Amino acid sequence: MATYELNVNGQRKQVNVDPSTPLLWVLREELKMTGTKYGCGISACGACTVHLDGIATRSCVVPVSLVGNRSIVTIEGIGGDPVGRAVQDAWVDKDVVQCGYCQSGQIMSAVALLKATPKPTDTNIEESMGGNLCRCATYVRIREAIKSASQQLK
Amino acid sequence: MLSNSRFLIRTLLVILVSTLTWIALSASAADSNAADGLAAWQKVYSVLTSPRCINCHTATNYPQQGDDRHRHFANVIRGLEGKGVPALNCVGCHQETNADSTGVPGGHNWHLAPLSMRWQDANDQPLSSAAVCRAVTDRSKNNGLDGPALLKHHEGEPLVLWAWNPGLRPDGSRRTLPPLSHAEFVAATRIWVESGMPCPQGR
Repeated sequence: MATYELNVNGQRKQVNVDPSTPLLWVLREELKMTGTKYGCGISACGACTVHLDGIATRSCVVPVSLVGNRSIVTIEGIGGDPVGRAVQDAWVDKDVVQCGYCQSGQIMSAVALLKATPKPTDTNIEESMGGNLCRCATYVRIREAIKSASQQLK
Repeated sequence: MLSNSRFLIRTLLVILVSTLTWIALSASAADSNAADGLAAWQKVYSVLTSPRCINCHTATNYPQQGDDRHRHFANVIRGLEGKGVPALNCVGCHQETNADSTGVPGGHNWHLAPLSMRWQDANDQPLSSAAVCRAVTDRSKNNGLDGPALLKHHEGEPLVLWAWNPGLRPDGSRRTLPPLSHAEFVAATRIWVESGMPCPQGR
């Protein structure tokens, strides 16, 4: 076990966990922040996506010992960011969600895309969101919502 | 007078024989040097085309993984700079070091080699020894590296070194290593560089 000081959504959090524990489980089990979802556990589905220093990161495969001082932003905190707020609003406006399980990861990836590419093409969206799976197949609405958020952010 | 002429002819003959002998020995040494260099290159090539190296030297829009060099999962693609695309960057999973508890390999600045350094064809088949050698020695393709710089690259580039410390697979088993040790790889590179970086003939 080891103690780690984490910067989560702008707040300092201290956890005492095994160094090999994936960040996902630190968030969910230690910090009780259950918005970030466990999907596949092998970074294949994107449900666990959070931002580490702004980079969309699969928290299920990153041991907490490798996080360091990087800023962690989760679905619970992304609404405090203008791009995050616009994406969440667009998600509601376009009624994207069906079962909802993958959507926190979808939103985190969409925000990362729009921060890097404010006016994404369909190809940009397909490439960047290609690592986020949705069993309800809400992909068309996800694309609409990303475009809508992009327009709102003009 | 006659004696002087004979002396002159003998002297010229000695000089001629000596010169021819020196040329022959030099040519023989050069041939031997080139042969040593080519043999060393083949060792280097055996490492470059091992999965730990060639999986990120693709000619396609995606990296590969595993000893069977299958396409990287999760729809990972190359991106403009070989670092993936926003929301699906290489470093979104691959950290600064291997994550053995989750089986994800890592190293500093994880990324694909540029397309100019592709060592495979579009069907994911390794290029020939001659073709890889030409690419590696072409400074317009290899980021301007000359022989000593190539040697330094093989000695110390973090992602090169990673090949000999590739960590554990998700199932906990060890990833296979290149066919030579790192020391043998560097030694072969040094011989090849010091031999003038000869490349095999052919396509």
